[in-house]
Amino acid sequence: MKIQRHGAVLGLVAASALLLSACGSDNNAPTGGTNNTTSNAASVPVECGGKTKLNAEGSSAQKNAVDAFVQAYQAACPGVDLAYNPSGSGAGVKNFNAGQVDFGGSDSALKEGAETTDSTKRCKENPAWNLPLVFGPVAVGYKVSGVDSLVLDAKTTAAIFSGAVKKWNDPAIKALNGSATLPDKDIAVIYRSDESGTTDNFQKYLKVAGGWTKGDGKQFKGGVGEGKEKSAGVAQAVGSIDGAITYVEWSFAQDNKLSVAKIDSGAGAVELTAETAGKAIDEAKIKGEGNNLVLDLDSIYGSKAAGAYPLLLATYEIVCSKGYDADTAKAVKAFLTVAATTGQQQLADAGYVPLPKAFQDKILTAVKAIA
Amino acid sequence: MKDPVVAKRPARPGDTGAERGVAAAPHASEAPIPPTPEAPETTKAPHVRPGDRIFRGLATGSGVFIVVLIGAIGLFLILQAIPSLGLDNVNFLTSREWNTTDPTNLRFGILDLTLVTVVVAVLALLIAMPIALGIALFLTQYAPRNLARPFAYVVDLLAAVPSIVFGLWGLFVLGPVLFPFSEWLIENLGWIPLLAKGNVNVQLGGTIFTAGIVVAVMILPIITAVSREVFERTPTMHIEGAIALGATKWEVVRTTVLPFGKAGYVSASMLGLGRALGETIAVAIILSTATSSFGWSLFDGGSTFASKIALAAPEFNDARSAGAYIAAGLVLFVLTFVVNAIARSIVAGHKEYE
Repeated sequence: MKIQRHGAVLGLVAASALLLSACGSDNNAPTGGTNNTTSNAASVPVECGGKTKLNAEGSSAQKNAVDAFVQAYQAACPGVDLAYNPSGSGAGVKNFNAGQVDFGGSDSALKEGAETTDSTKRCKENPAWNLPLVFGPVAVGYKVSGVDSLVLDAKTTAAIFSGAVKKWNDPAIKALNGSATLPDKDIAVIYRSDESGTTDNFQKYLKVAGGWTKGDGKQFKGGVGEGKEKSAGVAQAVGSIDGAITYVEWSFAQDNKLSVAKIDSGAGAVELTAETAGKAIDEAKIKGEGNNLVLDLDSIYGSKAAGAYPLLLATYEIVCSKGYDADTAKAVKAFLTVAATTGQQQLADAGYVPLPKAFQDKILTAVKAIA
Repeated sequence: MKDPVVAKRPARPGDTGAERGVAAAPHASEAPIPPTPEAPETTKAPHVRPGDRIFRGLATGSGVFIVVLIGAIGLFLILQAIPSLGLDNVNFLTSREWNTTDPTNLRFGILDLTLVTVVVAVLALLIAMPIALGIALFLTQYAPRNLARPFAYVVDLLAAVPSIVFGLWGLFVLGPVLFPFSEWLIENLGWIPLLAKGNVNVQLGGTIFTAGIVVAVMILPIITAVSREVFERTPTMHIEGAIALGATKWEVVRTTVLPFGKAGYVSASMLGLGRALGETIAVAIILSTATSSFGWSLFDGGSTFASKIALAAPEFNDARSAGAYIAAGLVLFVLTFVVNAIARSIVAGHKEYE
């Protein structure tokens, strides 16, 4: 009797395990249209070869972009693969420095001090380079019934996210949206409850452009609203209450059908599109030396150029300039070359911004110099 | 599954054979010891057989292993936490602040985390305990035999659902469903501090109330399974005696099953409470974090120890900041330890029911 009972339990467990595994979802990366925003995509030859299986780890913000890169990489070099573990920027840097992965993904460049010295050690006494390969615009997504178009500037955004502006019909918002009728409704601020590079970049943007005094970092410091977990959580939350606003990666705003605010940096309202975000990347200044393409983010955030959308999240691939073994170096170079060229074509569909031509050339120069 | 009530029963003086047959199934407990060929029961000094020795070694080894393991976890937490605790610029135990962005100016305190953790767990327990009691009584006393068994499997299956699924269910399904009810409670009973308007949006359902209900569902199978095992072992003699005295079904349950199973039921609930205190992903998904501190309302948001750690862990890149979270983990470890100690003492204090 006892045995029969156990048998039945085992049977049930086995059956449910089968059922559950059958439900496992395949991660179908977007395969959609190839709009040629990057001109010299096909003209750069890729030297395939080296190690067939690369390992990388880091920022989850660039996970979908890396998936698209891997597809392009496999199309260009049959039989290769790259495993990207989206465990977070901190883990990416740590494991790159420990030599566990071939390159790291991070939403901030290596910091001076321990991070840089460790990375130099990992690259056999050669400097590590930060290559900003993936740019994702951050949307100020909102949902207010009857308001399809909203213009905000950095100052007003900072006021909303610090609780100084509490109502949708506040004079500060009205002043930017002359004709629109704004309801007398409370603004429900939603922020990321987990530590996130998106929060960090958003707060840095507000600091540079909007006089934000609450501080930056990966924890939200605004002191207003409520936090939901991850991009999916905040986007879902904003989609389900009237009067909510948040900052979230563009693709999540699109998927959840949130309205996206236009940003006025002083030269008129700018809608978030691949072109306007690309324009902001063009404005970016590099503060790293040589091929270490560390961005001066202030130059993007503070950009007053007409038609440029300044609220961007840049994520870096952290690679060794030298110090890989020959096999790894070859494969890393092949992957990065594909990622900077054909890989960029699919990025717009995944909610990122393809690299503009001039910037792409800088990346390719750096990739070529890896030895 | 450990069941002190059953294990100790046969040792009690005055036990009848019939009772023991129900309670401990002696033939089953002897089964693991293999009969040796030259095994006549002699009066010689007992000599230890190899099988005996091996079994004893394995059992002792397992016991020592788990103690060492727990000790090692405790030691790890303490070693990692101490440097950060030294750098803390606010009182670790009484502060409600949590700011670890700048490792050179760490400000973290656990008061809010402790309160939210305890309130979520206690709410879950208050909901789950009566329901689990009902299920266990139904399965052992009321349900027809051939229905009870499949029913029990279904309840056990609940324990096999991954907690992230419960989390998503709470976020997408339960939260919105609870909204009208929560709103009604706040409007009509809002004068009770526990049901006052909280510091997060009720419409989103990211409240302690929602989280508590979801965690209650998650701990239900544990409490039910253990209680069922205990209730099943109520001596048939007692039940038959009660029936012979003319007791109704309810009176039988009240006078024999409940007193007999009380200690087991309480320790089952404490097991559930331990799980509720440490529940991570479901709570992290459901519970909205709030910018103002916990104000004793069920409709507040906040973070529990486990959800706070889970939300920050992927971005740990400084040992000092990470140490702050590990210090919080240490407190949770101690809290769970205390809960278990209380459970043990409750079980020990109810010896008269064995």
